[in-house]
Order: sequence, then C-alpha cells, then structure tokens
Amino acid sequence: MEDDAPVIYGLEFQARALTAQTAETDAIRFLVGTQSLKFDNQIHIIDFDDENNIINKNVLLHQAGEIWHIGASPADKAVLTTCYNKTSNSRVVSCAAVWRMPTDWETASHESPDDTAHNPQTLELLCHLDDSAHGNAACVLWEPMGDGKRVISLADNHALLWDLQESSTQATVSSTATLEGKGQLKFNAGKWSPHHNCSQLATANDTVIRGWDLRTMSQIYCIENAHGQLVRDLDFNPNRQYYMASCGDDCKVKFWDVRNVQEPVKTLEEHSHWVWSVRYNHSHDQLVLTASSDSRLILSNMVSISSEPFGHLVDDEELSEGEDNHQDDKSKEPLKDSVVSTYEEHEDSVYAAEWSSADPWLFASLSYDGRLVINRVPRALKYRILL
Amino acid sequence: YTPGNTASCQPDACHLFVCRWALEFVMDAEADGLVEVSEDGDPSRRRRVHGMLKLYYGLNEEGKAEEEQESLDPCDINGPHFDPEHYLNKLRRECSLAELMDQETCMVKQIRSLDSDMQTLVYENYNKFISATDTIRKMKNDFKKMEDEMDCLSANMAAITEFSACISGTLQDQHAQITKLSGVHTLLRKLQFLFELPARLNKCLELQAYAQAVNSHRRARCVLRQYSHLPSFKGIQDDCHAIMDKLAQELRQKFRDGGSSAKDLAQCVELLLQLDEPAEELCDKFLSHARSRLESDLQGLEAEIRPYPSAPAVKDFIDRGCNEFVSSLCLVIASYQELFINHAQMANGKLHAFVDDLAARYFSLVERRIQEEKGVGDNSLLVRALDRFHRRLQAVAKLLPGSPVPNKGIEIVIRAATERVKQYLAALQSFYMDSLTDVRQALATPRLSVAGASVAGELLSSLSASILNQIKSVLASVHLFTAKDITFSNKPYFKGEFCSQGVRESLVVNFIKFVCQSSRQFCESAGDKGGSTPPVLLLLLSRLCLDYETSTISYILTLTDEQFLVQHHSPVTPVTTLCEEAREAAQKLLNHYVKVQGLIISQMLRKSVETRDWVNTIEPRNVRAVMKRVVEDTTSIDVQVGLLYEEGVRKAHSSDSSKRTFSVYSSSRQQARYAASYTPSAPMDTNLLSNIHKLFSERIDIFSSVEFNKVSVMTGIIKISLKTFLECVRLRTFGRYGLQQIQVDCHYLQMYLWRFVSDENLVHFLLDEIVCSSAHRCLDPAPMEQSVIEVICERG
Repeated sequence: MEDDAPVIYGLEFQARALTAQTAETDAIRFLVGTQSLKFDNQIHIIDFDDENNIINKNVLLHQAGEIWHIGASPADKAVLTTCYNKTSNSRVVSCAAVWRMPTDWETASHESPDDTAHNPQTLELLCHLDDSAHGNAACVLWEPMGDGKRVISLADNHALLWDLQESSTQATVSSTATLEGKGQLKFNAGKWSPHHNCSQLATANDTVIRGWDLRTMSQIYCIENAHGQLVRDLDFNPNRQYYMASCGDDCKVKFWDVRNVQEPVKTLEEHSHWVWSVRYNHSHDQLVLTASSDSRLILSNMVSISSEPFGHLVDDEELSEGEDNHQDDKSKEPLKDSVVSTYEEHEDSVYAAEWSSADPWLFASLSYDGRLVINRVPRALKYRILL
Repeated sequence: YTPGNTASCQPDACHLFVCRWALEFVMDAEADGLVEVSEDGDPSRRRRVHGMLKLYYGLNEEGKAEEEQESLDPCDINGPHFDPEHYLNKLRRECSLAELMDQETCMVKQIRSLDSDMQTLVYENYNKFISATDTIRKMKNDFKKMEDEMDCLSANMAAITEFSACISGTLQDQHAQITKLSGVHTLLRKLQFLFELPARLNKCLELQAYAQAVNSHRRARCVLRQYSHLPSFKGIQDDCHAIMDKLAQELRQKFRDGGSSAKDLAQCVELLLQLDEPAEELCDKFLSHARSRLESDLQGLEAEIRPYPSAPAVKDFIDRGCNEFVSSLCLVIASYQELFINHAQMANGKLHAFVDDLAARYFSLVERRIQEEKGVGDNSLLVRALDRFHRRLQAVAKLLPGSPVPNKGIEIVIRAATERVKQYLAALQSFYMDSLTDVRQALATPRLSVAGASVAGELLSSLSASILNQIKSVLASVHLFTAKDITFSNKPYFKGEFCSQGVRESLVVNFIKFVCQSSRQFCESAGDKGGSTPPVLLLLLSRLCLDYETSTISYILTLTDEQFLVQHHSPVTPVTTLCEEAREAAQKLLNHYVKVQGLIISQMLRKSVETRDWVNTIEPRNVRAVMKRVVEDTTSIDVQVGLLYEEGVRKAHSSDSSKRTFSVYSSSRQQARYAASYTPSAPMDTNLLSNIHKLFSERIDIFSSVEFNKVSVMTGIIKISLKTFLECVRLRTFGRYGLQQIQVDCHYLQMYLWRFVSDENLVHFLLDEIVCSSAHRCLDPAPMEQSVIEVICERG
C-alpha cells in the first residue's frame, strides 16, 4: 500500500495562522492567514481536490494587518475571526475581529484561475472584538459545534466571552474572567472544551494550564508547571471529556486527565525543539498531530489513552470470512502507543497543524516560510483503525 | 633308647674327632707346601677332604672359607687354588735373592708358629676326650641305681589307689546329704528375704533410698507372682504392692514437684520406669518439666531484648542463649534419650515435637534480637554471634539426627545474612546520597567562585574515591560471612547463592543500579526548571557515570568476584548491561545539563527580546549587556565542562573567523533575502530560496543528544540558546534601529561564540537566520553598515 505523496503549496508570505473551515464538511478546505509587515496580508482559502490530488487556492485580502491567529465559525462557512497586529504611529497593537468572506469568492476565482494579477477580493468586516480596556488579543475561540453566536477572545490576562448578534455584526461582552497574580500575566493559548455542554475553557499562560467554568467564569482546575517552559498549545480529546493534550517549549507533548492534575497521563518527547501545536483527530482520538519548530510534523498513535484502547472491536464471524488471515492477526496484536510517522517536508519552523473537518484522514501543516503541506494518515494505519 | 647306648656312642665320636683332626693337620701341612710333593697328590680329592673338615669345624669359619674360595689366584698362599710350583716359580722369577731370603725366613717363622699352635690344640683336645670318658663311666653307674628306686615307687602307688577307692565308697552317702542341706539353707534364706521384704521396703521408704527399694522389689517380684496362690506369699505380695504403690506415689509426687535437679528428675523417671509406670505418661511429664525450665531460660532471654542502646551486645545475647537454653536443651535431650531408649519410637516422636516447639520459640527470639541489630558498623560481632549460634546447634543436630532444628538455624543465619546485605545496600545508598549532599554544599560554597571550577575535578575524584572505599569496606564486612573459620561458611548457600545472588547481585549490582537511577532522577524530578539541582552537579554526575562505564564497574565486579570466588549457578547481571546503564545515565545527565544550561541562557535572551520595545528603540551604540552576559556565561560553562570532559573534535576553521567569514557570508546572503522580500514574489521564489537555503545547511536538531566531550556540550548549549533567540525574534516587530541592534548583537555573539562549537558554520547559520528574521519582521529594514557594526562590537 503506497501512500500518496504529500501535496505542497507555497505562499508568498510568511505565515503562522492556519485553520480548517469547520463548517464545511464536504470539501477539504483550509484557511491560512499571512504575516507581512509591508504588504497587504491575505487569507488563502485552500481547497484540496482529493481525487486529483491538486490544490485550488483563493485569496482574500486582509488589509487590517498581519494575521497571528485565525478561527473559522462552526456554523457559517463564510464567517471567520482573526487576531492581527496593527501598526500605527510606531506602535504595534494586537486586535481581533470577525469577518465575512465575500459571497462570490468561489465563483470569482473559478472564472479566472490562471489570472494571478487580478485583484483579490477583500474580507468584509463584521465587527471588532476589541475592548480597549483589555489589551492585546492573542486568540479567538469559537464555541465548538455551536451556532456561531459565541466566541471567546483571550487578551493579555483577560478571557472575554462575546455574544454575536444581528448576524455577527454586533458583539457584546457577556462575561469576563481575569487572570490575577504577580507580574505581567498573559494568556498564550486556549481551547474551548466541546464537552460539558461547552461550558469549559482551558487556557495556558507561561507554564500553567487553567480550566475555567464559563457559567461562573471561575477557575476549576489549575495545572501548575504543566510544562517545564512555556505552554504553547492545548487541545481537548473530542471523545473523552476529561482528557486534554498540551505542548510547549520543553519539547514535550503531555496528555492530562484533568481530574488528576498532579501527573500527566502520558508524555511524548519526540521533538527536538519547541512544540507549537497539538491536535487530536476529530474522529479517531488516538491520532495526535504535533508541529514543532524543529521543522517536523509528527503523527502519533496514542492508542492506550484513546477512547478505543483495545482497537476497533472485530466480530469473529467477520474474521472467519476473511481470506487474508495475516491481517486478522495484525489486528489482534496488542496496540501500543507509537509514532506513526514523522513528516519532514518543511524547512522552517512549523507553527500550525490542523486536521481537515471533512476528511478525518487528512491534515495540513504550515511552516513559517509559507509552505503548506497536506498529508494523509498512512493507509496501513487507516485500515487498521477502520477494520 | 637306653642310657647304655648313649655311653657307648660317646667314645666313638671322640675317637672319630681326633682322627679327623690328625688327618687335617697332615693335609694342611701338605697344602702349605711344607711337604715338597706328595705321592698321591690328587688335588681334587684333597680339596674335598679339606672342605669336609671345614664343614665340621662349624659355621663361623664357613663365611671366611667361602670368601677365600673365591680367589682363584694360584699364587695366593692361603687360597684354595694355590699351586706351590707356580708360586715358587713366580717367586724365583720375580724376586731378588734378598727378597727370597726374607720370604723364606718369614715363611719359616709362620710354619713354626703354626706348628706350635697345632701342638697346643692336640693337647687340649686330648684332655677333653679323657674327661669325657670319665663322665660317661660315672653315668653308667648312676643309672643302674635309679632303676631300682623306680620299681619300688610304682609298687607304692598301687597300694595308695586301692586305699582311696575304699574311702570314697564309704563317704558317698554323707556327701549327698550335705548337698541337700545346703540347698535347703539357701531356700530358707530366700524365704527369709521375702518375709523381711515389706519391712525392708518400709525402711527404705523411710530413708528415701528409693533405688534400693525398687531394686529389692524387682528381685522378689517374679517369685511372689509365681507363688501368689499360696496364702502366705499372697500376703507378702500384697504388702509389697501396697508399699511399692506408696513408693511410686511418693516418687510421682517428687517428680511432679519439679524443682529438683535434672539429675534427680532423671533418677525418678528411671525408677518409675522400673516400676512399670506407663512410659508415655512419663515422657509427657518429663518433657513438661523440662519445658518449664527451658521456658524460664527463654523468658530470661526475652527480657534481654530491649531497645537498641540499652540491650547487651548481640554476641552476649547469643552467648547467653547458647549457654543457658541450648545447653539445657541438649542435656534434656541426652537424658531423655537415655531414659526412654526402650520406647524409642513413641518417645522420639514426642521429643521431636518438644524440641521443635521450643527451638521455634528460641529462634523467634534470636531473630527478633538479630533484627534489632541495625547498625552496620562492625559486622564481625554479628558474624561471630551467628557462628556461635550455628555451632551450638550442631550439638542438637548430633543428638537428634533427624531434627529440622539445625536447618531452621541455618535459615535464620541465611536470613540474617541477607538482611545484613540489605542493610549494607541501604547504608551504601545513604552514604552515596550524603556524599552527593556534601558535593552540593561544596559546590555552593563561595570557594567555587574564587578557585574557579577546579573544585569540580577534585570533588569528582574525591567522590568516586570515597564511594569506592565505602564499597570496599562493605565488601570486606560482608566477606566475614564466608571466612574459613566460620562454621556456616561451608554451607552451600554461603558458597554459592550468598556470593552470587546476595553479594554480587543484591549488593554490588543493586548499588550500581541505584547510582545510575538516582542520577537519572536528577534529570526527571528536578523538573525542567532545573532549579533545584545545580548544573555543575549534573555535569559531575555525568562524568562519574561515564567513569563507571569505562572502568569502575568492571573493577568493582572483578573485585567482588575475586573476593567471593563467585560461581555463577544462576544467571547474573553481566558487566555490559551495567555499563550500558551507566552510559545511558551519563548521557541523560549530560543531555540534561545541556538543556539546563541552554535554558538558563535562553531565558536571558528571551527576556531581553520580549521586554524591549523594538519598534521605538534608539540607534544602537553598544552591544546590549545581555549579550555580554551570554558570552561570559558561555565562557564559564566552557571552563566548567573543560575540567571534566575532554576537548573533542571540531571542524577545521579558518583563521580569524570571528570577523571575516561572518561578514562575508551574512552580508551576501542577507542581500539576497532582503531582495526577495522587497519584491512581491511568486510562490516559486520562496521555494527556490528555501531550496537554496537547504543547500547551505543541514537540518539542525536543537535538543539532541550530545557526545561526551566539551565541544559537543558547548555546541548543544549554544544551539539551544540561539534557536530560542531566533524564535523570540520572530514573535516581535522591529523598527529600523531594532533591526540594527539585533545585527550588532549577532555580530558580537559571532565574534565570541564560534570558538566553542564543533562547526562554526552552525553559529553562522543560526545568527544569520536571526538577522534575516528580524529583517523580515522589520517595519523599516535599513541594515547597518558592516564596518559600523564591527566598530561598535570591538569598542564593546
């Protein structure tokens, strides 16, 4: 079984922000936000044609500034949020905003696919998620599987819960939580838990991971020294409500059971530099993707702490029918946690990696030099999980 | 044979003797050549006669004759083969006249002396012959007289026989009567004994002469039983029974009272046994008495088990146990076996149960006491105590061959030994941890800063030497268990398993493993903050583990194997496994050291980048202080590592690479990168650029394993620091002067850092990357003139 070669797409600008288009479940589509101080920044809409193994791109202008974070609405394909830096009067300010893509971006690009000189369309600003009282925005989180009405923005040491009204043109802060402590505290990253009715949020600041209850906006757990150095990213296991993954500057990926925060359930130490992103596969939570500034992307198979620790349960009848007995034997082998594959297509630090929302076996990764690589889970593993 | 015959024979012999002698004389004279030539000179015949004579004269001449016979020289005048003619001829031929004359006179002299000798002999013999004849004649007369007397004697004897027969015939009847009477007398005496028996028994009872009473009764018992149908005897029997019952009662009472000495007790039992008391009951009673006494011994022992300081030494304890308990036990066993030898089967069962029970209690006490023995100072006391303990149990083993007691004793000894080994391991471990604490303190003292890190080397050597010494002394202590004069040392356990499993595996190997593990824990428990463990300690431990891998482990194990002559029956941990473990630990420690040091420098760099407003900064005039600090720290780390690790290889670098290479390299590439960023580029361009980029550099693993040398360690630390610098720069936005400051800083780092790393291109590449990234992140990228940078750096 030969695996398909990775597909590589190059952006002209450096880039850090990547997301799958969450609301889109048919097409494999990723959004990339660029970082350029001198030119108009862009949002690249990247469509991957699975059949023909080719990429179609569309570019929308994001003139507000360089994009540090991007998030797609789970309800409306056309709505997205960005966190961007704005320079004015030799001051750099981080802002966040909700945008809507122009309705006809798709048709426009299809008409003239080869015409690179045509003027790309501009994003339509829906509203700012700014509150001058609450500092620089680090990221904006959509309510998972929600109706696209609620977002959380993390700004310096505040977590702000926004209600979007009137088709997202108005945003009001419904509640806030503030991190208090010595020194200048600042949220690095956060994740809205899809469990417990979407009432929990996890945030990272420095080496600490905190859990928040959004109903009361109070802290519910705190993992001190979760990582030896800065925690860079978090993700919730989509199938096991108390399980969470984190990664950081100590090159480690740790898996936590938030009911017992003393010790991680599992620690991976495969990367040779800071790990910037960790992502659970949306359907098969044993598959974990990590991106690191050692220019590598690693796909791990964490069976032992997944929701299917014994693998897919296979009926005996099903097995007896099969001619290929050796494959049956394979499926009966005890499953071990292992690194499935290390992807070395990138040459610069990889800051983001995302699973596709449409195809659970496909993922994209983005390195600083603007290279986007689309890869698939190796077929052998895919079949082992499925069969 | 008659005396007459003898007498007649004698003169014949004498006559023959004289004749022979005469004949010989003639022959000799002839042989000596005195007679010129004999007429019947047949030499062979003469020789025969001569020989016969010699034979006659006896054995003492025989040897000499034989000797002489052997000389065949015809000129030997005394030889058997003497030829007078030949001799004469020879003389005449060989000798001068004077010599001949001498010879002649000499010969004449000899002849004369022989002549006179001969005459004397003849005379003497003749005298003897005469006296012999006289004697014989006298004997003849005496014998005749004796014959007459003998005839008379025989006649007398016949008369005596006749008389005696007559007398015995008359006395026959009286003799029979006397025999009968004496039989009656004995019977009467026996009867008297019987009748007196009750009284006698009573008296014995009064006098407490139990043994005598029992003896008397035993003698009378069967007679009484036999004649019990007679009323008088019946009476006596009943009386005796009554008395004996009383006696038995008394004996039992005495027996029950206990208190009396073991000897008395034994006597009691013996008597009771003779009185047909049931043996089983006696066994039980005897044992229960013995038990009460032994238990008091045990209680005494138990009282000695007290908390450590006040308790007597373990040797005293064991001594007391041996002297009191074990020796009384032996005594009990011996007397018991003697007493109940007739009931061996039943009695032995009881005895075994008894001994096992008491021994078990004794053992539990001993074990409790041994467990109290926790101080590891002097092992010899314990070993001696155990030896005593074991030696004394051998007595029990001899007395009671099938008993499990000695085996249990051995088990206790074994347990004590293994326990001891464990304690030694714990002691070694705590010693190790203590020495580490000492090392930490030594590192923390301000001396370090004064004398530089040279302390580290000393500390390392003193640490490893003291650990080695400690191991040796522990081995010596443990070795006492297998000393030749210790009785249990020749047990198979102490020869085999104790050496291989006990000492080698659980002591030495476990300790080495512990060293490795505790070292590894420094990497884990300290967390990645690295705050608690001073980095120098990590470095030091890493070197220690590495030394262990290269030499110490194999040395220690060889030492152990030699001292204990370990024969490996069961599989043991091979040296290679331990070495691997040590190497792994060393590697891990060194990696951790690199991480920690890298982190310390990274944190400085990161703080310096994060806290500054790079957009609104002033034109750089100086290298930032933090960079100087970085270089200083790197230098001191370099010194530190250099004391413990070898230099290592580095790629050849050009001379004066602090300046030229960097400037050329970076300016050319910077130009290219700036150019690329100025023009709106198609995706192709970036790809092309990064491909070119890739041509220049290998992928760099930042937190990778390092080698055991200084250059590799330094490279690791610098890689981590610069990569952090890069990532931090990428998260910031720069103004024109911000970029220029970064340029200055990078140049400064370049000037100093290249010398520490194995491949200076690495430093070039990373610094170049930093400058490029900051140029990218710059709002107004106007790079500073290279010459200005150099001036600023040199001034700084």
